[in-house]
Amino acid sequence: MAFSAGALPSASSKALAGLARRKGLAALALAIALLPLALPNNYTYEIAILVGLNAIVCVGLNLLVGYAGQISLGHAGFFGLGAYGSAILAARYGWPPLASLAAATAAVALLAWAIGRPILRLRGHYLAMATLGFGIIVSIVLATEDRITGGPDGMAVPPLTVLGFAVSGEKTWYWLVGALLIASVWVAQNLIASPRGRALRALHGSEFAAGALGIDAARHKLSIFVVSAVFAAAAGALTAHYAGFITPAKASFLHSIELVTMVVFGGMASTYGAVLGAAVLTTLPQFLTVFKEYEMVLLGAVMMLTMIFMPQGLAPTLARALGPALEKLLAAARRKPV
Amino acid sequence: MNFRTLLAIGGLSIAFSAPAQEPIRVGSFLAVTGPAAFLGDPEQKTLELYIEKLNAAGGLLGRKFQLFAYDSAGDAEKARGYVKRLIEQDKVDVIVGGSTTGETMAAVPLAEAAGTPFISLAGAVVIVEPVKKWVFKTPHTDRMACEKVFVDMRARGATKAALISGSGGFDRSMRAECLKVAAKNGIQIVADESYGAGDTDMTAQLTKIKNTAGVQAVLNAGFGQGPAIVTKNYRQIGISAPLYQSHGVASKQYVKLSGDAAEGVRLPAAALLVADTLPDSDPQKKVVTGYKRDFEGRFKQEVSTFGGHAYDGLMLAVEAIRRAGSTNKAAVRDALESIRGYVGTGGVVNMSAQDHMGLDLSAFRMLEVRNGDWMLVK
Repeated sequence: MAFSAGALPSASSKALAGLARRKGLAALALAIALLPLALPNNYTYEIAILVGLNAIVCVGLNLLVGYAGQISLGHAGFFGLGAYGSAILAARYGWPPLASLAAATAAVALLAWAIGRPILRLRGHYLAMATLGFGIIVSIVLATEDRITGGPDGMAVPPLTVLGFAVSGEKTWYWLVGALLIASVWVAQNLIASPRGRALRALHGSEFAAGALGIDAARHKLSIFVVSAVFAAAAGALTAHYAGFITPAKASFLHSIELVTMVVFGGMASTYGAVLGAAVLTTLPQFLTVFKEYEMVLLGAVMMLTMIFMPQGLAPTLARALGPALEKLLAAARRKPV
Repeated sequence: MNFRTLLAIGGLSIAFSAPAQEPIRVGSFLAVTGPAAFLGDPEQKTLELYIEKLNAAGGLLGRKFQLFAYDSAGDAEKARGYVKRLIEQDKVDVIVGGSTTGETMAAVPLAEAAGTPFISLAGAVVIVEPVKKWVFKTPHTDRMACEKVFVDMRARGATKAALISGSGGFDRSMRAECLKVAAKNGIQIVADESYGAGDTDMTAQLTKIKNTAGVQAVLNAGFGQGPAIVTKNYRQIGISAPLYQSHGVASKQYVKLSGDAAEGVRLPAAALLVADTLPDSDPQKKVVTGYKRDFEGRFKQEVSTFGGHAYDGLMLAVEAIRRAGSTNKAAVRDALESIRGYVGTGGVVNMSAQDHMGLDLSAFRMLEVRNGDWMLVK
């Protein structure tokens, strides 16, 4: 680590927590900045971009699943609506892609608010069922309204243009997605550290107890549901414009499960866990292609073993294992001014 | 760094049989798993089998072939990632793949931008219409299937037909094409019904068709299990008009699932399905019986038209590289476009600058189910 915490004045515990947040963010930024050194060609950039886009969705979903303790099996629905919304406005109605992206994301936020109000009254399995139903409805509509969406074979999406310049090429996209990921993590981290975030964690612990403390459970749940839907929709729209092509598979139940798996695999209630989960589960299948027909078996085995031996997920377990060593290292670095 | 090392190990383990001479790199991405696995599985097996055979026969231009194949699971985004990998990392000379239309269309912009010859194994017309410089395809289109069926309907004196279709990509694309070309072939579509992917009973839709005045023939544009259920329900409610199925169910599986109800059902299909009953004078006889023997001998499973598409794709690529005398991409592309009279499992291929599929209606045979087997309709 090039940066040292020792240079900054130590203050109250609040400032320390803020410092820890910034440290994580700086580490992420550093990783994103240095990664291109290990990316030999456009294909590897492509994988990195997909990791980034998935990570943005997972950071949002983690706010809902990991912190507020509410399950959603329909997030691919929001992802798909964002993607198709922006694609349709840009391709069929000639909107500039940046405007279509913003409009689609805003529309999804509104929709999430409208459906969130009734269904977030549900808990546990019932909430899972309701979000599942929503996701399935979206994927059916996208697959059957083929005059607008192109049907199950998908539709072409115009490239993203910003102020008249087309965002093209993997390297440009890499930096764009990287910056957006850092911004997403920053937003999520601040949200979690805010009074609202503490209220959410209280909700996760016990909704009744939180209610008794004067926390408006319904309002908090709804707002975090909308925020996570916005993350998914924006990432969906970006994915569509990046790939230049979108199919209803991205809005399918299977994709919803993939997203939840990334969050759980990486470690619930850990923003970096969500990023790590997205990174591992997006890149792993690419490495496993070497094993040909055993690819899926190995992927399943890796996930099963991780869950058995690291039930809390990758990031929290690794942090616990490596944490003390890292602390020692940092402490040593602090003692010896470089 | 770790990433690179792993990739290098991966590359090596695939390439362990590569000779000193730079191999001809054939790339492929197929839906080997997932809902479209019945397409990708025989396609992949076919490619592996024939790459092996070609190499055993000494390869081409003194070079061996090397296959880079990835499982895209029918997912367009995955397909896109793998095509980028084929082009950027594996540096393939030609791509033969894309089991479904969605996967193919996601890959088209990449192949076009990189200038890599790409022979698709998917069905829809959009792949080659409008013509794309680097993109070719081997399977018959759904539009051809519609036309073949309509021509046969007219020959039997029917002018008013009903359409019933499923909700999958294949079904919806074929439905749209049939509606487009019906009038041109002198057929009036008087009923247009649809059913969902998981439906287990189509009696309601068929009853509506039965009660529509003047229906003289019915066409089911469908894929998977739906058509078998349609066939059974069709007999149960006693519709007397002849029933046609699409080339999408041209497999013994369909006949088995529908049982006796399939008797008398007609469908357009490639000559491969009736390889053994083709007359010896048929130009495709030698190719289709040869492929059938090779495939069934090796994998102990019945040959399908989909594997045949992969055979045609690979052989067209090989022929183009032979004609070009090198793997220069532009030369291979031009050679592909100039192939005429190539006899494949799907039909006789005549490529041109305007037609990157090169098949006409003669590529389809009209088959009828008789005694649980296919019979060629004369």
